[in-house]
Formats: sequence, C-alpha cells, structure tokens
Amino acid sequence: MADLRTNFLGIKSPNPFWLASAPPTDREVNVTRAFKAGWGGVVWKTLGEDPPIVNVNGPRYGAIHGADRRLLGFNNIELITDRPLDINLQEIKAVKRAWPDRAVVVSLMVPCEERSWQSILARVEETECDGVELNFGCPHGMSERGMGSAVGQVPEYIEMVARWCKQHTRMPVIVKLTPNITDIRYPARAALKGGADAVSLINTVSSIVSVDLDTFSPNPSIDGKGSHGGYCGPAVKPIALNMVAEIARDAETRGMPISAIGGITTWRDAAEFIAMSAGTVQVCTAAMTYGFKIVEEMIAGLSGWMDSKGYATLDDFRGRAVPNVTDWQYLNLNYVTKAHIDQDLCIQCGRCHIACEDTSHQAITAMVDGRRMFTVKDEECVGCNLCVEVCPVENCITMVPMAAGAVDPRTGRTVEPGYANWTTHPNNPMARQAAE
Amino acid sequence: MSASRSTPGIAAGRLSTAEYAANFSDVHPPLDRHEARVESDRCYFCFDAPCQNACPTSIDIPLFIRQIATGNEIGAAETILSANVFGGMCARVCPTETLCEEACVREAAEGKPVKIGLLQRRATDALLEAGRQPFRRAAETGRRVAVVGGGPAGLACAHKLAELGHAVTVFEARDKLGGLNEFGIASYKTTGGFAQREVEFVLSIGGIAVETGARLGETITLEGLRRDFDAVFLGVGLAAVNRLDLAGEGTLAGVYDAVDWIAGLRQARSMASVPVGRRVVVIGGGMTAIDAAVQARRLGAEEVTVVYRRGEDAMKASLYERQLAQTNGVLIRTWAAPAGLHGDGGLVTGVAFERTAETGGRLAGTGETFTLGADMVLVAIGQALASTSLAGAPALKLAGGRIVVDGERRTSMPGVWAGGDCVAGGQDLTVTAVEDGKQAALSIDRALRGAMVA
Repeated sequence: MADLRTNFLGIKSPNPFWLASAPPTDREVNVTRAFKAGWGGVVWKTLGEDPPIVNVNGPRYGAIHGADRRLLGFNNIELITDRPLDINLQEIKAVKRAWPDRAVVVSLMVPCEERSWQSILARVEETECDGVELNFGCPHGMSERGMGSAVGQVPEYIEMVARWCKQHTRMPVIVKLTPNITDIRYPARAALKGGADAVSLINTVSSIVSVDLDTFSPNPSIDGKGSHGGYCGPAVKPIALNMVAEIARDAETRGMPISAIGGITTWRDAAEFIAMSAGTVQVCTAAMTYGFKIVEEMIAGLSGWMDSKGYATLDDFRGRAVPNVTDWQYLNLNYVTKAHIDQDLCIQCGRCHIACEDTSHQAITAMVDGRRMFTVKDEECVGCNLCVEVCPVENCITMVPMAAGAVDPRTGRTVEPGYANWTTHPNNPMARQAAE
Repeated sequence: MSASRSTPGIAAGRLSTAEYAANFSDVHPPLDRHEARVESDRCYFCFDAPCQNACPTSIDIPLFIRQIATGNEIGAAETILSANVFGGMCARVCPTETLCEEACVREAAEGKPVKIGLLQRRATDALLEAGRQPFRRAAETGRRVAVVGGGPAGLACAHKLAELGHAVTVFEARDKLGGLNEFGIASYKTTGGFAQREVEFVLSIGGIAVETGARLGETITLEGLRRDFDAVFLGVGLAAVNRLDLAGEGTLAGVYDAVDWIAGLRQARSMASVPVGRRVVVIGGGMTAIDAAVQARRLGAEEVTVVYRRGEDAMKASLYERQLAQTNGVLIRTWAAPAGLHGDGGLVTGVAFERTAETGGRLAGTGETFTLGADMVLVAIGQALASTSLAGAPALKLAGGRIVVDGERRTSMPGVWAGGDCVAGGQDLTVTAVEDGKQAALSIDRALRGAMVA
C-alpha cells in the first residue's frame, strides 16, 4: 500500500487531499465531518476583518450541466466568511486541537494595509493552525473592494502583501493566485519575491454561466439581476493544469511548492496535478457536488495506481510530467502520425468522416466499394487527432507514428530519423542558420 | 359482475376495474422530459445515419433527437411530421427493433439502441398537446383528388396533397376514419383515443373533405371517381378475411374473425363489456394473431393458445411481438394446421389440428392430430383485397391478389395511384402505408402540375 503522507512546507497531512477554502470549510461542524471522512487537510474559509461581510440572500450558485444533470462547471457569487472573526478563530483552535494529524491552513483576506495583515496574523497564530493562505483570488464582490483578485492581478501588490505577512508571522505563507490574468508566471514570481513559501492555484475564473431566456437575467438571478461569479469544477481543470505547469517550468519559480486547485474530481485528476509538481491538491466543487465521501475514492484510487506503478511515495512521481511540457517551437516536426481506424471496433457512426470532411482535411472515406466504411486516406491525413476525439469508441481510432525512412504519402517526403523542430525549419524566417 | 377468469364459456367482465385499467394501459409508458434528455444524449448524431436510412419514411432521426436534447420538442416534432405525418402512431406501433433501432450504431456497439420510438413519441405528443399546426397549405391549385380509404395510407396521401394545395375528398367505408390505427392496432399500444386525436390533427391542415359510409363498388365506383376527380388514390386496405374452410365455420357460435373481434374491442366503451372465452385458440402467425391473443389474455381469458402451421421463424409476427405474447402467458404452438371444428349445441368446443412438417420446401400434414379445447376461436390467417371493392376495374393489374404499383405508386390504370396494405410487395406496416401515401401524393402532384403547365 502506497504511502500518501504529505509534508508541504512542513505542514504534515496523512494524504495530499485538502479541502479548498470555500463553503465546505466554513465551520467546525463541516470540517469535523470532513476529517472523519478522511480528508488530509483543510484550508479554512477565508477570514476577514469584523464586521463580517454579508452575502446575498438569494441564490449564490449557478452551474453548467450535462444531459443527466451531471455538474460540469460551477459558479458562485458567495463572498468570504460571513461569521464573526472570533467564532471562526475559536472553532479553528478547537478543530486543530482535536485533529492534530491533519493540516489546518487558514485563508485570509483583509484590506491592503500592513496593519490589517499584521493584526489578523497575530490572532490567527493563536489558533495554532499550520499556516495561512492569502486569498488574492476571488474575482467577485471582494475584488470590487480592492481585495481578492484585485490584489492578485497586480504583481507589485502580491509581493508587498506577501512580504508583510512573512515579516509578521512565523507560519508558512501560501499565496493563492487568480487565473484572471494574462500570464500566471508574473503573479507567481511576485509571490516568490515577496518571500511566500508557496503558491496555490487556481482560484475561480470570472464567469456568467447562463442567461435566463425568459427574464434575460444572468444566472444566478438576484431579483432579475446577476453579477459575474467565479467558475470552477471539472470544466476549469485544463486551465488550472496549464497554469500549474507554467509555474513549475518557469526559470524563476521552478521548484516553488504548489498546492494545486481547479476541478480536481477524481484520483486521476489529483495524480495528474502531482505529476505536474503539486505538493498537495485542494478540492471544493467535487465535495460540494457529492459530499465528503469522495475522498475515499481518491485515496483508494491514488494508492492503487501508485502500487500498480511501483511508486511507494508521492515524491516518486511528483513533477514527472514537468520536463515533458515544452514550448511549441521545440516539438518534434519529424514525428509524423496517421490516424488508423480499427474496423473491428468501428460502430459505423461516421462522425470521424463528417468531422474530417466538413471541418478538416477530407481524409476519411464514407464509402468503400459501395459499402459504408470509414478508412483513413493517408495521402490526406495530417494526423490532427480530431477523429480520435470525436469517435465515441475508445481506442477505435489511434494515431500511428510513421517509421523513419517511410515516405509520407501526403507530403511525398521521407520521414527523417531523429529530432527537428521549428527553430531550425527552413520555413522559419528566424531559423538559426546551420553553419555554412 | 359475477364472471371471473374461470367462468366457462364466453363472458364479459372477468376482471376487476383495476385489472382492466392496468391491462389496457400504455404498454410502453412515455418518457418524461428528463428521461428524454438523458436518452437523447445517447444519440451520436451519426453521419448519413443508419437509423434514418432504415426508416421507411426517412425521418431525420439524428436531427429530431438533437432537437429534443436542446429542449426543442416542438421543433423535433416538426422534423418528424414533415417526413411522416403519422409520426405519433408510428412511434407507438412501428417495429422499431427491426427498423431504426436495429440500425442504430449503439445496437452494434452495445446491444442497446437509442430508444428512438419513445423519443419520437415524446416529441409528437408534445406537439399534439400544444395544439400546434406545423403545416401551412400552399396556394389552392384548383385540382381535386379522390382518396379512397381513410387509413394511414389514404390520410397520409390526403395530407400531403392538401399541403401542396390540392383539394382532397376522402371516401371511407366505415363511419370513422383511421383504418387499422383506429380499428386494428392493439389497444394497449394506442391508449386514450390517440388514433382519433391524430386523425383530427391530420385533417386540421384543411382542404380535406371526408365522406364516411362510402364503400367502393357500392356507393362509389372507381370509374365515377376517375370521371369526377383529377386523380384517384386507392388506400382501401385488405377488407376481406381469409377463411378456414372447415365445417362449422359460420354456424358454430364462438368462432370469430380476429380482425372483426379486435375492431369490436377497439370500439368498445369499456373493456369490461367485451366478452372473451375462458379457453381461447387463435389460429395464425401474424401481428393480428398476436394482438388478438394478447388482448384475449388481458381481458381475462384463462388459457390462450396461438397455433401456427409453420415454424416460429416463418411467423410474420416479430420476435418482439412473440415475446410480448409469451410474457403475457400466451402459449405459441407451431407446426400444426386446423383440421376441424368441434361443437356442441351450436357452440364451438374445440379445434382439431393436424401436425405438419416441411419436406422439400412443401408443407404437408403428417397425419398425426390433436385437439385443443376452446370456447372461443379467433381466426387470423390473413386478409385479402375485398373482391367487390374493385368491381368494374378489370384494367387494374393485380399480383397475388393485391394491386400492382410502380415506384411512384402508380397503378396500371392512368390517373389511379394506390398504397398501403392493398398494394403488392408491401410490408403491411403503418409506416410503409404512410410512405406509400406520401410518395403517391408527390407523384400525383407532379402529374397534376405537369398537366397544368401543359
């Protein structure tokens, strides 16, 4: 049985599965239930200064559903905790005392003034929690007041606040980043410069999930009006994975601990983020959809997969995907593939044909010898993978690499052995000239 | 009612009100909105979809299912009805397992096709409930077409002609339109007076006059119609039934023609008023035999046996229908032909059968006999074109006792088209009748417009 124990900035937890700062971690009763269910840690829902904020009294959530009401994307306009600071602090202290082996990190959001941060850090420290996470992410409500993503969108502010926090507390400081920026590396570098111990990402993506076509109000609708919210859930996982990868492979931030967040729903998602260098993973939407029990699947799935691969600890595969993330210009242009359709698996739906015919390269037949049959025309196939992705049968269509020395019937060129990329390609006006 | 399942002889009211209600409710309950959404999501929206190619009326199935998936059920119904105005009935009675659903790629993939029939019903029910008229008639052409027979073939033809701007008169021998939709199909497939609601919907396009009680060869003649109208469509069905040709047939009480018996049942105001035997023998192997047998059981018959002279593979009733009979407690016996009727005091008491065998492709009796006790015998050994209906039309070419038509459903007689069960080479299905009517209407339209140009 694989060892899932995690040590993140010295914060120990029995497994890498933490609940993200959100409604599931707003109070002692929820967090206690989560720990009983097996979660390795929590990031307590963001604390602010008293008096507590107020939430809307109408709906806070919206969603994108699949046909069977499977929740694919989730949106919220809830703010930080709306409970008094004292109560939260008392409960955090009680929980940490009752569950010493679990990680309890406290999320914070106060105005961009040193005194505010200094004051709340001192009080949080008294709870004996394991660390703090600076909420520079929330894109709605709090950002209008100069907090949340309003800070996360300005690297100088990130650096400044991170520095204050490191000065005023002995606790590890994690900076939570907003994805609502153009290049995630800049805020990550700022956090590092400010002395933050780690970054966590992504917070939610600014979003309007739908418009009611009768009332023309955005959803969720508060008395006929709506406001953008934060988008999360399975739909945002690819965005998060890319941003984690960008930070993991950036020359300046490489090696900076990352707690990954964003649509993590199953053990597979978690394993992918850990392979992309995440130290821990944080989950919210999946728990809010299915309840805390999902962590059992995550633990069992991750450790079962690790056993099957021979990984004894998380460190054995952490970051293994990072070296394989590269820039487009370095992709091997000598790697030539052709789609291949397994006729025994093909169910004759024809989606590969029409997708290719209408929108790509006219490289798949619909009829062969007067019979409905879908085969790839190698002389037209550019190996784009569209047919693979639209085929309803897994592994029916595969991309088969051509061997070096073979002639690509599309280009008439011989597939060259070895590696060659755009930087040296003759069509590249900026190509580096080979020595004459 | 004092009758029960075990009451001897033929009796009505064998069951409780609740049992009747349960037995004659929808055999396939409709999908609710959410079920339809989930099911529609299973459709792959195939290219050149095999299901559409398998549909005799070529309904654009992937499109209407995608419309259901996006919450546009009325739009889905319009897609269906534009190809098949009887899409509602076809959703209920089509042997989808041998048509669209057999062709569904999910049948190949996992043996579980998309429930196309139920989705079609979801959409067409929604449109009928909304009372929406999706068709608009073209400008009047001034041309008049006579349609003989108010069944699915005739009404489909009438509807398409009316849509194209022609004036149509439908002549129907019975007092009600609908044909086998109204008088033939098993009642648990078309509950709640659906057949008449659908007929009303079809007629609501306008431009269609109806004359009931008009029987070809009696009150109207083909020659007269040819004279008075610009074109004639024959959708007369098969009004005559084949006979056993056994002594006692026609004199012994308790021997019924299954088609007539089902028609009576379909028109009964209450199932409790329909008499049924305690022991029922159904002779035949087609859909009518199965419909009669299952409904006899559902009326409370204690024992129902279907006897067919060949093997199960040769039965015209589909596998699905045969299984429906079996799960309803109907015993199907094969390789036996009726050899005699037994009676006592003018009432039938049993049927003698001779076992049969096929040797060298020929069916023959083996000499071995057995007798099944019965107080009711339902004869379902096929129907034929009524000999009187085409009297005076010797020029109409027949094959196997049915009218010969070409690909456009033109008969051998100029100006006369035909379709549905009365034409040769058909499949005797509602959906093929609808297609015949539609194709004939398009052909008539082409002919009439050609004449107008000329």
